[in-house]
Amino acid sequence: MQDLLFYIFSALTLLCGLLVVFNPFSRNPVTSAMFLVLTIISMSGLFVLLKAFFLAAVQILVYAGAVIVLFLFVIMLLDVKEEERRRFQKFGTFLGFASVAGLAGIIINSIGQSGIGNAPALNGNGVGETRELGHKLFTEYVIPFEIVSLLLLVAMVGCILLSKRDESKKEETQ
Amino acid sequence: MIGVEHYLVVSVVLFCLGLLGLIIRRNLIVMYMGLELMLNAANLALVAFSHYRNNLDGQIMVFFIITVAAAEVAVGLALIVALYRKRQTNDVNDLTSMKL
Repeated sequence: MQDLLFYIFSALTLLCGLLVVFNPFSRNPVTSAMFLVLTIISMSGLFVLLKAFFLAAVQILVYAGAVIVLFLFVIMLLDVKEEERRRFQKFGTFLGFASVAGLAGIIINSIGQSGIGNAPALNGNGVGETRELGHKLFTEYVIPFEIVSLLLLVAMVGCILLSKRDESKKEETQ
Repeated sequence: MIGVEHYLVVSVVLFCLGLLGLIIRRNLIVMYMGLELMLNAANLALVAFSHYRNNLDGQIMVFFIITVAAAEVAVGLALIVALYRKRQTNDVNDLTSMKL
C-alpha cells in the first residue's frame, strides 16, 4: 500500500513539476502557479509517507498558503498577456531538455552505482515525533532559530523599502 | 520495498525540472517558480535521509530552508515589482543593461 502511494505521489509531483515549467497548452504564469500548488501538495504527501508530519503541514501552510498567494498577487499586478504572445524558442528548448536530461542521467547513474539502498546506516524506519522536533529546535538549534527570525525581519524591512522607494522619489520631485 | 534511492531519484528529477524551468523560460516569475522547485527537491532529499537514518537533524534543516525560501520569495518578488515599475517588462531578454 505504501509503495503504491509512493508511486502515485511521486508521479503526480513530477508530472505537475513538468507542467509548471513546460506546459504545451498554456504559457500563462497563472497556470504555472496552479500546477506549482499541485506539486507542493503531492510533495507533502511524500513527506507524510516519510513520517515527517509536521513538515507536511508546514509545507502546505507556507508554500500553498503564503508563497503561491504572493506569486499570484505579483502576477496579477504585472502584465500576463505579453507572455502568451512570446513563443518557445524551439532550438533553445531542445538544448535545455537535452542538457538537463544528461545531468539527471549522470546523477541517477551515480546513485545507482553507489549502492546507497543497501547501506546498513540507511535502513531506519523514521522518527516521526513532532514533539522531539520541537524540543530539538528550541534546545540544540535555538541560535539558528533566532537568526532565522532576524532574517525574516530583515526580509520584511527590505520588502517595505523596495516597494516604498518610488513614492518617496515622487515626493522629492514635487 | 521503497528505499532511500527511490526518493533520491524523484528528488534529482524534480531538481532537474526546476533547472529546466530556469533554462527554457524567459519570464522572471516562472523562473522563480523553477527556483522553488529546486529548493523543494533539496527538501525531499533531506527528509528522505532523515527518515532512513532515524535522525531528526535533516527535518530541522528543511524547516529552516522553508523559512529562508519564504523570505527569499518575498524579497525577490518585491524586486521584480520594482523592476517592472522601472522598465515595464519582466522578460529577461529585455533586461540587458548590464551586458557589455
